Amino acid sequence: MPRTLINVPARAKRGEVIEIKTLISHDMETGFRADNAGKTVPRDIISLFVASYNGVEIFRAELHPAIAANPFLSFTTVATESGRIDFTWTGDNGFAANETAQITVE
Amino acid sequence: MKKGNPGRTRRDFLDSATRLIGAAGLVLAAGASVTHATTQSMLAAIKGVVGDAAVHKGKVKLEVPPLVENGNSVTTTVSVESPMTAEDYVKAIHVFNEKNPQPNIIGVRLGPHAGRAMFSTRIRLADSQKIIAIAEMSDGSFWSDETDVVVTMAACVEVL
Repeated sequence: MPRTLINVPARAKRGEVIEIKTLISHDMETGFRADNAGKTVPRDIISLFVASYNGVEIFRAELHPAIAANPFLSFTTVATESGRIDFTWTGDNGFAANETAQITVE
Repeated sequence: MKKGNPGRTRRDFLDSATRLIGAAGLVLAAGASVTHATTQSMLAAIKGVVGDAAVHKGKVKLEVPPLVENGNSVTTTVSVESPMTAEDYVKAIHVFNEKNPQPNIIGVRLGPHAGRAMFSTRIRLADSQKIIAIAEMSDGSFWSDETDVVVTMAACVEVL
């Protein structure tokens, strides 16, 4: 399982715009590099990131090889109610990772 | 009585000379388009997203450092001026480059629940080049911003 780092404020006021930051460990191999033997290293990237808030999708990103290794994404959402925010990453060679954060809205 | 060649007046000469210069210009232009093939692929990628719609300048703010030491990880932030209400919001933001092996960098989808139309990520740049961010609004219009970036150490080319 790859390492992930999620930053979601634990508490927020209702209606407040909160910033969510996510980071996941992944090489994001572009498919354009050659190894020492001159052979091209096949592409292996995370191609899709989706965030949902209490089951409703709030942010989706299609990633291309031009995204740096260990993809970092930061985005915003309006804190509507307490619950969970789910993050999923999917990519080449059947890569899939999930993470969940809890948020309390008062 | 006629002097010299009646078929070639001074006007004819000037006319043909102009045509020759024009043809040379065309050849030069053709040569330039060959060296900017990657720009063509970027334009094709943009067309794939916006179709035939007009892309307006403005509303979008693309923040990339103007001078990048290491092209392997360049912090990039895109923000769009929008009230982000249910009637008027940013649907999607796409980022393109000119000289990487592929023209696409990232495409994100968001909606009124985002509160603010902005995102931030880290990208790879293979060369000093132009980067373009295009935002698609809920009314179907497209807005863009572009920046030139100078990269000292390029990404994607190093050996393992």
